[in-house]
Amino acid sequence: MTDWPATIAVVLGVTLCMLSAVGVLRMPDVYIRLQVASKASSLGIALLMLGVALHFGELSVTIRALLVVVFLFLTAPVTAHVIGRAAYLTGTPLAPGTSPDELAGAYDPETGRLAGLGGRPGAPAAVGDGAEAPTEGDVGAEAIAEGDARDP
Amino acid sequence: MMGGITGVPDTIIELALTTMALALVLAFVRLVRGPSLMDRVTSLELIASLVAGIVALYAIGTDDPAIIDVAIALALVAFIGAVAFARYAELRERP
Repeated sequence: MTDWPATIAVVLGVTLCMLSAVGVLRMPDVYIRLQVASKASSLGIALLMLGVALHFGELSVTIRALLVVVFLFLTAPVTAHVIGRAAYLTGTPLAPGTSPDELAGAYDPETGRLAGLGGRPGAPAAVGDGAEAPTEGDVGAEAIAEGDARDP
Repeated sequence: MMGGITGVPDTIIELALTTMALALVLAFVRLVRGPSLMDRVTSLELIASLVAGIVALYAIGTDDPAIIDVAIALALVAFIGAVAFARYAELRERP
């Protein structure tokens, strides 16, 4: 007898993982590839872990599968943000159809911090020193600490 | 594959593992072609996720729940690796 809920979860999860790989190969731009890779693959892995939990049906396995999903959902946005920021700061070219580039001129090339949002009306003139990098570091450290604390 | 009285059919697991292997090949093509360093980091991140998915499928296929721990460790290491890569790539641009 087939365990239909687990089978459906596995099939959907594998489909999403495959779509994410196709997207990473086919999309025109590192930023678009990044969002395909982070969103589709984290949902795909979440569905696969749901399949694992449904297949075994034991509390210990369910908690471990849930741990993977929670950790993935905490870290995938942080990773995507950090990689996208590094790509922008290292001058990775945008896809030809991208318009407009709202961050153009907003980063100070010396320090890598936000130094004002170009000529946009109503934009803040400058963000204080350390407004960008330490925040990002704190989020990463928090995610690591939380992941470690929940590791059985 | 424990005889399969109940659970996910073996055929589904085999097809799913084949699809995941194909997805790994596609991600690897992006890893080789680049063109930028950040494309490669993105692709490595995706490969780590795909391997975690393969580990999950293998756990279902062999009915061995202990393998799930591998996926936990993999997710942790991949996150730290990607953040470190991005940080050093960014710092390299500004001496």
